[in-house]
Amino acid sequence: MEQFLGWTDNPILLVLLSLGQILLVTVVLLLAIAFLLYFDRKVLAGTMLRKGPNVVGPFGLFQSFADFGKFVLKEMIIPAGANKTVFMIAPILATTLSLICWAVVPIAPGWVVSDLNVGVLYLLAMSSLGVYGVIMAGWASNSKYPFLGGLRSAAQMVSYEVSIGFVLVTVILLSGSMNLTTIVESQTGGFWNWYAFKLPTIIVMFPMMVIFFISALAETNRPPFDLPEAESELVAGYQVEYSGTPFLLIYLGEQIAITLMCAMTSVLFLGGWHSPVGDLGLFDENTLAGLLGTGTFESLIGAFWFALKVTFVFFMFAFVRALVPRYRYDQLMRLGWKIFLPTSLVAVLLISGFVVYTNAAAA
Amino acid sequence: MEVIAFSILSAIVLIAAFCVIAARNPVHSVLFLILAFFTSSGLLVLIGAEFLAMLLIVVYVGAVAVLFLFVVMMLDVDFVELKQGFLNYAPFGGVVALVFFAEIALVASAMGASRPETFDASPNAETNVEAIGQVMYTDYLLLFQISGIVLLIAMIGAIVLTLRHRPGVRRQSVEEQTGRKRADAVELKDVRPGQGI
Repeated sequence: MEQFLGWTDNPILLVLLSLGQILLVTVVLLLAIAFLLYFDRKVLAGTMLRKGPNVVGPFGLFQSFADFGKFVLKEMIIPAGANKTVFMIAPILATTLSLICWAVVPIAPGWVVSDLNVGVLYLLAMSSLGVYGVIMAGWASNSKYPFLGGLRSAAQMVSYEVSIGFVLVTVILLSGSMNLTTIVESQTGGFWNWYAFKLPTIIVMFPMMVIFFISALAETNRPPFDLPEAESELVAGYQVEYSGTPFLLIYLGEQIAITLMCAMTSVLFLGGWHSPVGDLGLFDENTLAGLLGTGTFESLIGAFWFALKVTFVFFMFAFVRALVPRYRYDQLMRLGWKIFLPTSLVAVLLISGFVVYTNAAAA
Repeated sequence: MEVIAFSILSAIVLIAAFCVIAARNPVHSVLFLILAFFTSSGLLVLIGAEFLAMLLIVVYVGAVAVLFLFVVMMLDVDFVELKQGFLNYAPFGGVVALVFFAEIALVASAMGASRPETFDASPNAETNVEAIGQVMYTDYLLLFQISGIVLLIAMIGAIVLTLRHRPGVRRQSVEEQTGRKRADAVELKDVRPGQGI
């Protein structure tokens, strides 16, 4: 959103402007998540030949809002033995930490709250903080199942962060930048330029995208890696003792983290706001776009493609949930440490070799 | 603007650092320590060293402090016993604090004379990632590689210390598990009523 920043130097106005941007991103994100949740349940229902939510509103579209109302109106119960302060901070932390990640996600050309130079690292740092919400919730509940769930989740998130980090390094090497906007801009012009499909490196990068996707499933505690909240063993894991609004916050934090992972997949591997077939000369002077003011129109189209890609990756998340049975915990750890970590390390070696070779050939 | 942000952040760091030693519950201490780490990365952002700030969060908050929290949460802490030893350790702790303070004062007074007026977080480069990379892979290459080897040795040492082969442990062979066919696992029997197998 830097295009709006030029017209004033007044610090108070600038602060108000960025507050407005933050509010806008948050509201749009929360609305989108309301409908993504509905979509998630519909996909699950469709796979199981059920109807899914279909009562509230047309086709059940307003189900999430009804759920929201229910959670807010319910009583908030704090267990007697719980550590009250930490118990209440944990859900707030979970939601806040997953929301602030969205500050660096480029939605369309120029549409980003904070265009950080170290955007990728920022995302890595903030998503590694996400583990604290879970661990604090598990410990503060002062109860066995939440504690076990919290420990499981912490170990799982820390393990899969490592391979996510290495996958990120391959993309950083290819684009030569840690700025997410630059990473998206380097994938311009058709799907054959996206990092998942770009030609010589597709042999390495497509598997990297798959690894990133699976690690994202584990990182966000989604099925088939939802062991921290395995109903059959731990009731509901670290969220057993939560009710009412704190539960809503924990749940919301998880959903925002999932959507963030979808957004990261589309930014890093699927070309972010770029259309799959190049821009087709839509933004020339003499077309409709020229009449509407090229920049804004281009941004709107970009935001549309971005939303479409995020929805597609989210559909994959929902589909995996419906199709794959839950992993055993030792299998999960084996997959993370013994398969993904060595594979992504080798990929980092291959990609850096490729980058050095092509740079030397070009120079 | 920056002065206000600096004052707020450093006040939070100091208060959090004080609470680390003042908090009665060790888990609260670790949580305050995390707050102190996080806020000091905010201070690094203020002077323009975003790369170091993010690394501080990833390494210390995201990995080291999680392990601290793990260990402390598992401990069965007896608060009365913790307080009893306080007077015995107080003089020694005081000496350590004094030495530490003296060292910092010495370094600060030596720095004060030669400190430049303005600070450039990324000299000779556009971003400070590039600046750090240029210094690290040219002037300090040997030290960088040596520290890598030290870390590798530490990792192998940790594995050697904790890896024990105990007899009588049933291990799971993943190849065997995934390589199982239906014919090996299921056998169909025609059971007649009243006879059994």
